Amino acid sequence: MSGNSYLMNALRFLLLIAAQVLVFNKLNFFGFINPMVYILFLYWYPIKENRSAFISISFLLGLIIDIFSDTMALHAASSVTIAYLRPAIMRFVFGVNFEFQSFKLSNTTRIQQITFLALLIITHHLLFFTLEIFSFSNLLLILKKVVFTGAATLVVCLLFRTLFSVRKE
Amino acid sequence: MQQIINFIVRYKTTLLYLFFMILAISFTVQSRSYHRSRVFNSANYISGSIYEKSSNISSYFNLSSENQKLLEENQRLRRALANHPDIDTVLQDTSQLKYTITTAQIIKNSYALPNNYLTLNKGSKDGLKQDMGVISPEGVLGIVEHTTANFATVQSILNAKSTINAKIKNTSYFGSLTWDGKNYNVVQLEDIPRLVNLTIGDTIVTGAMSSIFPEDIPIGTIQKFDLNQSKSFYSIDVALFNDMTNLRNVYVILNTDGPEIRELEAKIDDER
Repeated sequence: MSGNSYLMNALRFLLLIAAQVLVFNKLNFFGFINPMVYILFLYWYPIKENRSAFISISFLLGLIIDIFSDTMALHAASSVTIAYLRPAIMRFVFGVNFEFQSFKLSNTTRIQQITFLALLIITHHLLFFTLEIFSFSNLLLILKKVVFTGAATLVVCLLFRTLFSVRKE
Repeated sequence: MQQIINFIVRYKTTLLYLFFMILAISFTVQSRSYHRSRVFNSANYISGSIYEKSSNISSYFNLSSENQKLLEENQRLRRALANHPDIDTVLQDTSQLKYTITTAQIIKNSYALPNNYLTLNKGSKDGLKQDMGVISPEGVLGIVEHTTANFATVQSILNAKSTINAKIKNTSYFGSLTWDGKNYNVVQLEDIPRLVNLTIGDTIVTGAMSSIFPEDIPIGTIQKFDLNQSKSFYSIDVALFNDMTNLRNVYVILNTDGPEIRELEAKIDDER
């Protein structure tokens, strides 16, 4: 990672936390939908980087959001999980291509990118709401929250992705 | 030995992931019990000051409705005062007061989670302590759970862990107020015996059993009631007076006898 890239990621880290905590946590669309935009950090994070560092940063990201929103360590648990599962999800979406040195997220098709983002979001939300409610007697409530919040997160993330698209990465 | 090291090196990402996951889950599980205060909460210095700044800005948008609320409360108090002309002196011996009241402002509110917490802009510096009651002009809000020097977190009544002693107004049938996490306007009142005559629209207020809230603080009205599975108690849906989505100015109540009452109750538990 070059110095520029470090700065870029640090800036993203801070801005996404600020956006999540100060704007999206207060949205309460239809009373319960709060999109979780910080997942974009895990989507944008460089692919060829040290995995241990990536997992640690994701944990930190989740934990900071937890501290702000008084959700114990739910965000930390779910974001560390998708950080760990990200290579597997990428292999599933992009095939063996992503193993190559020359692979870039911007070279893939739009459908692939959206699938990748959607899989990250679904995994994250399933774990998050399951841990949050913590009993399967509320299976329907979990599914409802996953579906609606997931859809909202996806829409907002796609908007953000288009708005702040990285041209030369 | 070599093999153990090889194993660790080989699976270091998985091990790291498991370590973080166990850490996160232990934080989560540990903080489910009420009195073990949560390690991480928004009453710390950094998040508290960020929330305070953000709330200072956003509060301007609600100034007129907030003024209206306070005016209505003043009107209610004025009316009560005007209709009791015989009370012309009020004793204010501070050593005799049963309840002391502090004002505070909410700087962070949430109502979409199963366990909601509010953050207040006052902390132990202003005399806030754990187990103080928090009310708004309209009704009960929650109980202070954690304080730092300048901030405090409040366990909202919209919290699966919250139980507050409540009763039907003008009777002494009491039950406990809980929340099922579904609708932020509706909480549940359990353990009201079957023999009580209920009507939809009856007012629910805080009960005398509480060592936190004074008696007769309004909570809400009965929206729906049913007998529970054992057919001997009601489970009642209570529509809240408070609009939990729009809150700003609150009162924090200290029951000066509270610690003594709780100490006594703890003694009974110990002897059992």
